[in-house]
Amino acid sequence: MDELAIKIEHVSKQYRLGAIGGGTLKGDLQSWWARKRGREDPNSKIGSRTDLKTGDKFLALDDVSFEVKKGEAVGIIGHNGAGKSTLLKLLSRVTAPTSGSISYNGRIASMLEVGTGFHQELTGRENVYMNGAILGMTKAEIDRKMDQIIDFAEMRQFIDTPVKRYSSGMYVKLAFSVAAHLDSEIMVMDEVLAVGDMKFQQKCLGRMGDAANTEGRTVLYVSHNMNTIRQLCTRCIVLDHGKVVFDGDTEKAISIYMNRNSLMQLSYDLGDERPYKDLDDWMRISRIGFLELASEPLYRMGDTLKLRIDLNSEKDDPKIALRIMVRTLDGVRVGMTTTAPVLHIRPGPQSMRVELPLTGLAPGSYQLTIVYYSINTYGTDKVHDRIMDICSFVIDQDPAAFNHKEWLHGTWGYLTLPELKVQAVNSVTEE
Amino acid sequence: MENNNSAQQFSTVIVPKTKLLDFHLKELVRYRDLIFLFVKRNFVAHYKQTVLGPAWAVIQPLLTTVVFTVVFGKLAGLAPGGVPSFLFFMSGNIAWGYFSGCLTATANTFTGNAAIFGKVYFPRLVTPISTVISNLIGFGIQFAMFLVFLVIYWIRGTVQPTLYALLLPLLLLQMAMLSLGVGVIISSLTTKYRDLVMLVGFGVQLWMYGTPVAYDIGIVPAKFLGLYMLNPMTPVINTFRLAFLGIGSFDLPHYLLSWAMTLAVLVIGIVLFNRVEKTFMDTV
Repeated sequence: MDELAIKIEHVSKQYRLGAIGGGTLKGDLQSWWARKRGREDPNSKIGSRTDLKTGDKFLALDDVSFEVKKGEAVGIIGHNGAGKSTLLKLLSRVTAPTSGSISYNGRIASMLEVGTGFHQELTGRENVYMNGAILGMTKAEIDRKMDQIIDFAEMRQFIDTPVKRYSSGMYVKLAFSVAAHLDSEIMVMDEVLAVGDMKFQQKCLGRMGDAANTEGRTVLYVSHNMNTIRQLCTRCIVLDHGKVVFDGDTEKAISIYMNRNSLMQLSYDLGDERPYKDLDDWMRISRIGFLELASEPLYRMGDTLKLRIDLNSEKDDPKIALRIMVRTLDGVRVGMTTTAPVLHIRPGPQSMRVELPLTGLAPGSYQLTIVYYSINTYGTDKVHDRIMDICSFVIDQDPAAFNHKEWLHGTWGYLTLPELKVQAVNSVTEE
Repeated sequence: MENNNSAQQFSTVIVPKTKLLDFHLKELVRYRDLIFLFVKRNFVAHYKQTVLGPAWAVIQPLLTTVVFTVVFGKLAGLAPGGVPSFLFFMSGNIAWGYFSGCLTATANTFTGNAAIFGKVYFPRLVTPISTVISNLIGFGIQFAMFLVFLVIYWIRGTVQPTLYALLLPLLLLQMAMLSLGVGVIISSLTTKYRDLVMLVGFGVQLWMYGTPVAYDIGIVPAKFLGLYMLNPMTPVINTFRLAFLGIGSFDLPHYLLSWAMTLAVLVIGIVLFNRVEKTFMDTV
């Protein structure tokens, strides 16, 4: 399986900033005349960034190189403007690179958008032919796949109706189905799964997983949805400002990508405003800080996380409880722990020290949600203050743990259970 | 593994620029099904939900012909003697109609298809080629109408078609190639200069008046005739009329010259088109 499917070598894509040509011959002549006389170009955009003048070069992709093996499912993640879409555009030959080369084997089915070339007046069936042909299938191939396509889209009933009568969901289902059944060696997808209902999304993911795992097709997938990335991809490339900043394990890539969103701090100062409607306003957390850490919130497996929480109260209440919830950086709920309703909150500023044993939490990046609440006479919660998704921290893996295997969140989840106890039993003598 | 990889051959390599004269003909052949689907789509979508359907293909040239016959034939007296002026104008009209239809449609290739070109790759030439072919269907319908009138007049003995009619496929091919060539040149330039879009309709009309469509070539003064015959469409229209109406004469040198110009325009057009198609998405 070491055969390469895609090889990208030193690819750069350059765009010129500002108004790209006046768009009219007159505009171009004006610009030329102004430049010639050393005046300001009358066609440059007003208020465009001053450090990037019109005509300046902007590298959407900057010397990007990587290889993808046949049968791999590779995710490409990065923030808006990182160059993901440009990369996919180059791969699907919508536009050409400024320098470098892209080599690949076989056909690329690119799904930058589902339903490209669907014509409103044509029926579903006619559009399948149309769409398939645009994606590079021949008519004979489409004929062979037609039944599969219709069944996958679950719309045999409507296939001979013009697509202008379709609901948007039907439209997307049919379009995805065509693309998914294309006999291409490489599939390139840009968040096409953001559409369609949950069930269909799962079906599509399954279909793409099959394509990679059992049919040996290569999948390149761009998404902001880390769950689908995790589900589908075995490897991830993180792009940032047109450069590859990470290439490798999916979980690592996701945490690298996520960390850039919420910088790891050692303490957080908080105001009084909260975006929740269900809170009292008589107590507020003013500051949360990690304790006993050198430079960054980094723990080893089984360590105890220590926090100092500063708060202000206007009332006296001896029956307050504290709850801490743990979530991954992309929001997967991992667990919760709480105290009994015994904390005594006094009027005025005060601090408390909180210890959270990280026993059982798998290596990875997490964040906390901190809630002060009390339990009223009906047995329901009354929340006094809540801070969500704060105090991000990382648990490093012990190199020797799990027989030197790196923890796979997609497969194993977020909890390490206590070690297995196994004893040999001699069944013959036992009897 | 590294050595292994570097020796590996790839079926496709994308690099910034292609060779000037690489026409991707092989690729076009591979996408032939797409060409025909586009043809079908263009045709079906054009007439769906119209009451008269493809009859519109007939009505338009028929009315234009009537207008030409009245205005240019009866009032201005620009029709030649010897043949029914109705047939004279109709022959010019449908031939020119095919050429100008193809030209205006292909001139729109990049701007009109930016949405689809921006999402998926296929050889871009597929679109103008399919436009030219789908216009051929419209021409076929109009030509059938023309044949009906021709037969009527023929039975009456007022026209005499000649064996040059066998040249019809060649004439059509030439008009298709010339309109494709001019069309893709314009569409390539419109990615940068939208002004040309405005010029196309007007330019085509001017070109028509420089071609013997609405008048007989006999009215062109002899001293301008040399220049006039450089218009590659003139020999085409003349030969078309000679073939079916039996008027005029076959002018081989000018006919060959117009073919040479057609080929040159087509080659220049495709070269320009190929240069633009790789990056036009960045500027359009």
